[in-house]
Amino acid sequence: MRLVVHGTGKYVVRRLAQAAAVVWAAFTVTFVAIRLLPGDPVALMLSGRNGFSAPTPEQVAETRARLGLDRPLPVQYWDALADALHGDFGSSIQTGRPVSAMISETLPATLQLGAAALVLSLVAGTAVGIAANLVGAPWARQWLRSLPAVGISLPSFWVGLVLLELLSFRWRVFPSFGSTGLTGLVLPACTLALPGAALVAQVLGKSLHDTLLQPYADTLRASGAGAWRLVVGHGLRNAAIPAVTAAGLLVGHLIGGAVVVETVFSRPGLGRITQAAVGEQDLPVVQGAVVVAALAFALVNLAIDLLYPILDPRIHATTRTAGTPA
Amino acid sequence: MIDSSPIAARARRVAGAAARRPGLVLSVLVLLLTMGWVLAPDWFGGQSPTAGVAQQRLEPPSGRHPFGTDQLGRDVYARVVHAAGLSLGTALAATAIASAAGVLLGLAAGYFGRTADVVISRIVDITLSIPSVLLSLLIISALGGGTLHIAVAVAVTSVAGFSRLTRAEVLRIRTAVHVEAAALCGARWWRILARYVAPAVVGPVLGLAALDFGLVVLAVSALSFLGYGPPPPAPEWGALVASGRNYLATAWWLSTLPGLTVGVVVLAANRLSRALETERSRA
Repeated sequence: MRLVVHGTGKYVVRRLAQAAAVVWAAFTVTFVAIRLLPGDPVALMLSGRNGFSAPTPEQVAETRARLGLDRPLPVQYWDALADALHGDFGSSIQTGRPVSAMISETLPATLQLGAAALVLSLVAGTAVGIAANLVGAPWARQWLRSLPAVGISLPSFWVGLVLLELLSFRWRVFPSFGSTGLTGLVLPACTLALPGAALVAQVLGKSLHDTLLQPYADTLRASGAGAWRLVVGHGLRNAAIPAVTAAGLLVGHLIGGAVVVETVFSRPGLGRITQAAVGEQDLPVVQGAVVVAALAFALVNLAIDLLYPILDPRIHATTRTAGTPA
Repeated sequence: MIDSSPIAARARRVAGAAARRPGLVLSVLVLLLTMGWVLAPDWFGGQSPTAGVAQQRLEPPSGRHPFGTDQLGRDVYARVVHAAGLSLGTALAATAIASAAGVLLGLAAGYFGRTADVVISRIVDITLSIPSVLLSLLIISALGGGTLHIAVAVAVTSVAGFSRLTRAEVLRIRTAVHVEAAALCGARWWRILARYVAPAVVGPVLGLAALDFGLVVLAVSALSFLGYGPPPPAPEWGALVASGRNYLATAWWLSTLPGLTVGVVVLAANRLSRALETERSRA
């Protein structure tokens, strides 16, 4: 008997399996990178404990045995994978605390920052993208069109420091380092949102521009539709698909950007502990953070792929699978 | 009549095109100045980037010190100029590594097809499934910090673009009549790749490298801002911004001006590469 799964259901199942495969691949890459690349975290960790004297070979061997690093690689891999599926990424080499606990403590602050930045960049990016196609004056149009290029080019660590310098130290509008309240969220969220807003504005602006050159736009103009109705009422929906694709990329930017922004603003969060862990070569913590980031990235892109057919009925879920290789 | 000579006409056309695009002209000037910094830092920097004058600590920008001085009395402008070589050199190395690796992978995937294609394409896809900053951090945590490791870490995040581009070009070119003819004449696979396929790939790859360069400069400076760059005495743009962070409330110029330099250079590089891309696609 053949099991027939039709259309959208089949697509969803297939896409879910793809997302799971991606996260598994990310886990494998982190495992391989950590175990096979040169650089010995055990020696580093022991040299920190002993002050300045080098660790003895016995100490190194003992620590490797305790961490299970002396077993064959495939055994280590299967154990690590089974543990990771249960949410266990081992313990931090530096502090000895479970990585999963460190992640679950810091994740809410980072999610809060990321969500605020996501909303900000979507709103600001959409506004600039629309405005660049709405305003009449050519100089204003030109200016709005070149704005995203500037937003993409500025280093976000620098933008954060300038905002801190002006708004926290000089004018004292917002609290400076290390604040966790709502007012403390404003500057980090704006800093994190800037490159994303620029990306959305660039993609949406271009896509709106293209869609307004299509014949249906001429028909609308001829029937007396104003600029607002033309751009926002009709063009926006047709131009949305590339912008939604860009939003998927945007989430990747936000996850990476959180590392930089949390460091700039001394905000406790997943990005901050990742930054510290990388410097100390605390590999289990880095692995946990990378897998969590890949998981978030995969889920968002999954959600976006499932959103396409709803946004635009012309894109049928089943036709999208035809092009992708198994 | 000099005015009607082709050279003068051409010069007038160029001047006219330049006047219509002042942003592009400015970008080229910025990049030329930056190249000067890289090639002759002593001439452009004027003062020593490492020797400080104790009496001139934390001076704001002035005629003598255009970017001010730091906590040790060192001229910040000279430090920015001397850092250009290391920062842009790292970015250039990253771009070179990424494009070389990407082209080789793309050639192999596109030309040999079948298993090689599937394996290479999946590996490349994986590098895209991890947010790029985290992929860089993963590699740095495995290799340790330092200039070369930063270059490798940034390169890995942009291999995918080069590999996909090359693969697509190879698939397009390998069915061209002259390539099939060469294969029928008994040319070996490496000869076909080197003689017919590689030259067709060079143009698009260079275009992508130019488009990518601004992002690479940003990524390199972000990693050195986070503290994974070369140890302190070596000036590097991101590290300069990071070291000015402790003086944010009292000496704004320490982190603001080096960071602004990065932003302006990246903006200029992006502007120029986009203009080149437009020209290329029009040609």
